[in-house]
Amino acid sequence: MANFKLNINGKKQDVNVDPSTPILWVLRDSLQLVGTKYGCGIAQCGACTVHINGAAMRSCQLPVSAVGDKKITTIEGLSENGTHALQKAWIEHDVPQCGYCQAGQIMSASALLKDNPNPSDADIDAAMHGNICRCGTYTRIKAAIKTASKIG
Amino acid sequence: MSKIKTSFGRRSFLKSSAVAGGGMMLGFSWLASCQSKTEEEVMAMPKEWFEINSYLKIGDNGIVTILSPNPEFGQNVRTSMPMLIAEELDVDWKNVIVEQANYHPENYGFQFTGGSRGIMSRWEPLRMTGASARHMLREAAAKAWQVPLDEITTDAGVLYHKVSNKSAGYGEMASAAAEIPVPEEVKLKEVKDFKIIGKSHKNVDAKSIVTGEPMFGVDFQKEGMLIAMIEHPPAFGMTLKSIDDTEAKAMPGIKDVVSVKSYKDGFEKGGFDTNAFSEIVAIVGNSTWEVMQAKKKLKIEWQLIEAYSETVVGFRGDKKTVNIPAGLESTTSHQIQMEALAAKPGKVVRKDGNPDKAFKDAAKIIERTYSAPFLAHNCMEPMNAFAHVQGDKVHVAAPLQIPALIIPTIASSLDIPVENIQMDLTRMGGGFGRRAYAHYIVEAALISKQVNAPIKLIYTREDDMTNGIYRPTYQATYRAALDKNNNLTALHIKAGGVPESPLFANRFPAGALDNYLAEEWSIDSNITIGAFRAPRSNFMAGAEQSFLDEIAEAAGKDPIQFRLDLLQRAAENPVGEKNDYDAERYAGVLKLVREKSNWDQTPSNVSRGVSAYFCHSTYAAHILDLTLEEGKPVVQKVCCAIDCGIVVNPDAAKNMAEGAITDGIGNALYGELTFKDGAPEKKNFDTYRMIRMGEAPKEIEVHFVQNEINPTGMGEPPFPPIFGALSNAIYKASGKRHYQQPFLGTKKVIG
Repeated sequence: MANFKLNINGKKQDVNVDPSTPILWVLRDSLQLVGTKYGCGIAQCGACTVHINGAAMRSCQLPVSAVGDKKITTIEGLSENGTHALQKAWIEHDVPQCGYCQAGQIMSASALLKDNPNPSDADIDAAMHGNICRCGTYTRIKAAIKTASKIG
Repeated sequence: MSKIKTSFGRRSFLKSSAVAGGGMMLGFSWLASCQSKTEEEVMAMPKEWFEINSYLKIGDNGIVTILSPNPEFGQNVRTSMPMLIAEELDVDWKNVIVEQANYHPENYGFQFTGGSRGIMSRWEPLRMTGASARHMLREAAAKAWQVPLDEITTDAGVLYHKVSNKSAGYGEMASAAAEIPVPEEVKLKEVKDFKIIGKSHKNVDAKSIVTGEPMFGVDFQKEGMLIAMIEHPPAFGMTLKSIDDTEAKAMPGIKDVVSVKSYKDGFEKGGFDTNAFSEIVAIVGNSTWEVMQAKKKLKIEWQLIEAYSETVVGFRGDKKTVNIPAGLESTTSHQIQMEALAAKPGKVVRKDGNPDKAFKDAAKIIERTYSAPFLAHNCMEPMNAFAHVQGDKVHVAAPLQIPALIIPTIASSLDIPVENIQMDLTRMGGGFGRRAYAHYIVEAALISKQVNAPIKLIYTREDDMTNGIYRPTYQATYRAALDKNNNLTALHIKAGGVPESPLFANRFPAGALDNYLAEEWSIDSNITIGAFRAPRSNFMAGAEQSFLDEIAEAAGKDPIQFRLDLLQRAAENPVGEKNDYDAERYAGVLKLVREKSNWDQTPSNVSRGVSAYFCHSTYAAHILDLTLEEGKPVVQKVCCAIDCGIVVNPDAAKNMAEGAITDGIGNALYGELTFKDGAPEKKNFDTYRMIRMGEAPKEIEVHFVQNEINPTGMGEPPFPPIFGALSNAIYKASGKRHYQQPFLGTKKVIG
């Protein structure tokens, strides 16, 4: 066990965990930030996507010891009161079915829009390839990303 | 005007102080607070609630809380079921807060999510709930104003007596209404008077979902809660022999290692107690990561099972004996067994006319065999459950589809009375049938009992994918006899699978043909299977609809017209009496999809496939437009027509259809679980191929047949036919017909 000072959603957080612990489990177990989801544990499904210094990363494969003072942003910290353009677009398009993957989808999409405010279909396909939606809401996810890119 | 006696489900109207809201709202507000509230909304919360019946409470300021009874797994019943109540209550949807009911069959009836039965089974009871509450509010107003009841009208949460120009919000009358006896009879609205039903309403949970609020089973937290994980045998046909837990127990954060036997000896299993691994090892510790690490240090010896038989009590109380063979099964050995059985006569399930003679006299016979592999459900949220056993009581909170059917099992395994089980229904991160088999809750409860602490059991993805309860592997051989004028004179289906047959002998095209034979076979297995979105239909539709296209082509007919001709025959002069479809509604979706897709003017740059199917009381037809890019199929568009009667929440229903279409395309192209020596060969998403963003259809259009028939299923019906539409479009594009799913298996290339 070791102490880590993390920068999560703009707040300093002290945690005492094994250095190999993935950020996913630090968020979920130590900090009760459970919006970030466990889906596969091997960075294949994207449910655990967070931002590390603004880049989308799979938190299930990212040990706490590798993060240092980099800024971690989770779905809970993406915006105040769920007002990010993507969150609003997700509601407007009524995207979710079960909803389990959607936080990860939104975190991948928000990283995409930050780098590429007007993505093409191919850009969206590439950026979102790592996020599985078992319910099959892909067409709505794509439409919501396009809506957000227009208003964002 | 439909008048309905409230005696139907009258117990639902019992007022229940603790159960209807209190417990959930106070103790587990994180589960209940699913419609995110802004600060203004919180400020607008009432000072006092008045419980009108177990489904609804009205606040002194007119805010209405509706308890949604059924478990939610993405079908959006937490919006559509409260809509049914709100419609008849005649309240402004803006003033409705939705909460999840916990498990309480006396208050909430059969809280069942599956079989596409949710809205169908709740259509009248929930509307009646709203209508009886409205009646009580009107009576309260009539009393207060000393005017005749008949003169009290309502609109959007306000009571009016127009003659005397009096009005009052529901909140003002709620206290008095709560004292009024439940009416013996209520009137339900006419379809034309609906204000909420039939108009799209946003998912009440959308805000919570997009902001990452805790709502799923796996999000459950409780003070002092430990984390548990399991090890089950690495292969079907194996069971626990011995455990060496020395090293695992010495790992940091680990509290205990226990073995769990899920069923008491002699326990008579129900149809949803399916479980290949009834003896497992559980490891319990402080945090998920510590438990995951220590789990790898468990040294467990497994041994082969012996063959056995068990009696299983079915859904309707019928008992059947299931034979579980010993041995380690493999996909290759299944295939050999299936070929062998398919070559022999099967069990005749239906025979019309004289198919033998028709085949003997045929000018042409077409014979094709279709097959599909086992599939894993792969819900994004792996199986999990919270349990806390204290003495002879247990509190569980878990994502599951059929609470009522696991309650007796929990009671038996813990040796406690059923009334000592408190169960909260969390949101499910997908279900697809998998969470109808809630053995993981029994496991969680037994673990909690042994370690004497509240625990949350979580399956790893690997544990989830290798646990069983799969969609079975199936095979079907179709034969068609054509006369010299290319008329279809007989059809013969022989279908089977491991371990069940997928056959529906009385479905279309049965009834449309003078000579018809349906046979089936099955092969016992120790690999467990379970309901998977539209069980059996999810294979039969693809096989049947591909074969109908092959016959149409051989007969030189347009594939839609060919189907419509058969349906016309079935409508006008049906063969046999057991045909379980309405030929005119079946034809209706085909005609609608033909019109909406401009079938007669197919764009030259795409290849089109059509398919239609009837299951779960709903008719669905698809036309799929496909192109080949570097030999790979790309779905450009799917046009879909559905007849599910009245559509309660149209945009949410469209979402279901879009999801079913994408899910079906994914499974048809990629879905496959194979076995070697009893072990699943895929354990996670690196090898189990799921459909991803770039492979989904670029566009999906959903059309509903407009009618006033009571609603039927929506979750499953659009799923099965898409397999056929895809197969037929690929054939048009490539000239190659795929007979084995997945169409893009690892060794198969299109073109």
